Amino acid sequence: MSKKPTDLGHNRSGIATSPLEAKRAIEGASEGVPDDTVSQEAAALENMRLDYSRKAEPLGSIPPPATVKGKAKTAMHLLKGERPTVFIDMLGARLGFERTGVRLYEALLVKLEASHSKTGGPTRAELEKIRDDELRHFHMLEGIMEKLGADPTALTPSANTQALSSEGIVKVLAEPGTTLTQALQAILTVELADNDAWDMLVDLAEELGHKDMVEQFEQALLDEEEHLQQVRGWLRQALHAQAAGSSAQAEMHNL
Amino acid sequence: MSLNPLEHKGVPIERQKFTWRELAGPTYSKTDIDAFTRVRVILMNGIESEALRFSHACARMNRALQLPLARVRRIEQHQQTLVNWLNPGDQSVLETTIGFEQVAIEVTASVAQNEPDPYMAAVYRFGMLEDFDHLYRYAALMDRVEGKDANTIVQSYSDIRPGRPTEIEHRAPDDDLREPYDKAKADPLTKLNALTIMAAEHQTHDYYMNVGPTFTDPVARQLYAEIASIEEQHVTQYESTIDPSESWLEKWLLHETGEVYNYWCCAEQESHPRIKQVWERFLDYELGQLHYVMDLMKQIERRDPAELLPAKLPKPIRFESQRDFVRETLRQELEVSARGTQLVPRHEEGKGSIAYRNQLNSEGVPSNIVAEGYRWSPGTELNGRPAVMEAKP
Repeated sequence: MSKKPTDLGHNRSGIATSPLEAKRAIEGASEGVPDDTVSQEAAALENMRLDYSRKAEPLGSIPPPATVKGKAKTAMHLLKGERPTVFIDMLGARLGFERTGVRLYEALLVKLEASHSKTGGPTRAELEKIRDDELRHFHMLEGIMEKLGADPTALTPSANTQALSSEGIVKVLAEPGTTLTQALQAILTVELADNDAWDMLVDLAEELGHKDMVEQFEQALLDEEEHLQQVRGWLRQALHAQAAGSSAQAEMHNL
Repeated sequence: MSLNPLEHKGVPIERQKFTWRELAGPTYSKTDIDAFTRVRVILMNGIESEALRFSHACARMNRALQLPLARVRRIEQHQQTLVNWLNPGDQSVLETTIGFEQVAIEVTASVAQNEPDPYMAAVYRFGMLEDFDHLYRYAALMDRVEGKDANTIVQSYSDIRPGRPTEIEHRAPDDDLREPYDKAKADPLTKLNALTIMAAEHQTHDYYMNVGPTFTDPVARQLYAEIASIEEQHVTQYESTIDPSESWLEKWLLHETGEVYNYWCCAEQESHPRIKQVWERFLDYELGQLHYVMDLMKQIERRDPAELLPAKLPKPIRFESQRDFVRETLRQELEVSARGTQLVPRHEEGKGSIAYRNQLNSEGVPSNIVAEGYRWSPGTELNGRPAVMEAKP
């Protein structure tokens, strides 16, 4: 039987690994930094961050409209609000997120294939459906951005920071040593964030009077709500089954 | 058990082969391995990276050696890959950095104790106390920026406390050179030690230069810039301890011998079965490379390489906690600095170094900023911060 990450093993990262060495390490740290000099304020660090933050330039900007002649007028008309770039930025972020989402679900399909437990978790068809939803959302956003005269291939600032936030998630999914359960935990954070982001996009579209878009975004939000419920369910089932000790038990309890 | 590198011919270089699958093989577990396995992986990556660096420099200066160097270098390229790719992708850059500093502390401390030449031993102790301080500064960074405990990496083998403050490690180049050993008189171990520590420090420098700008935090970016500068000083120091009058082939031969020695040290002490096999395999590869270079030396320089090599490999590097030695060195030699090629009491430091340091430090010192009031504690310093209770209505 192959090892699981929840098996007892030789994890040496904690202080209890070697009580003798640990005692000496603690004593060394105390000896090296006398009590009267200890401070957890880290004020100097905060000041440096503050100083840099006050002087920092933004990481990027919204690219100028990419419309071809003749379409520019339409695009200008469609872009509502005082700062239409905010909307463009959000659309770009969603587009990037959904596009990465396709890749994350592709990776999750590999995890499913490699997983030992076939009970209670997602089926291949269920994951493929979510992957296809993400792809459809990506294309829908592409179309909308083009219509607005924005370049859907550009990396907008929010798309960039969102991708930065997701770097760890991509790593968890790509790492051969992570399990389906661990991958689902990572995906849960994606779905949670995605739900809120679509909700906000619906709000923003409503506020700006993009009625045609509201409908499409609401449909996407419904899809994402379903994804979230599914991922939560699979994860809950997996954790219960594992804590109970076996997949057979999980099946018995219909978890 | 020691090994006679003259007798053991290892695997001939024609039979030293790899596949991509092998190069990117299974990694180690960052939480479950012994910290000294990580130390060995990082060290051997440094040894192989020096092999490549030297080989390229040598090729640029020696047309006749270019082909034999290229043959061996291609193998070394793949050896380095296989070794470096043992590091897992879930080990962050900062966690790996903590591992690098543990190498610099524990390996240098062991080398300092094995070193037969007292001047060289003092140089190792001098450098070691500086790297010791770096571990503390990076641990503070890890704790205060990422909320993580550096001891998950060092596993209580190394103290996390200030050494010679990084702030005063900055010296003018004039005070960074040391006296070289004499190739005719030096013990073979002196030559191997110098190569080992130079290699380890050089890769540390290169690593920090590559990863420093991958951080977003300004304190981290400054700290990597500051410590990379010290690593540059260390490379300057250690490379100057090597006799520059050794011929290119002699240097190549010593590099190969050093690689044999280091893999042998690792193979003898490795606790991880799969990684032990890597060390054993590469020990055999290095023996093959050494004999290839020995033959070249006979053909080209008409010299007997046996005259330059030890009949058996010297005392091994001890991959174990050198805490007591480090603490003793800290007590005795914290106030040492350098003037010219000599190690001197701090008050005898040259004005050039003081002026150099004052300039660099004039807009703030990142190593101080990050660690202001910092004391490592198990589970991070937040362990000692009382929880804020919710106010009652």
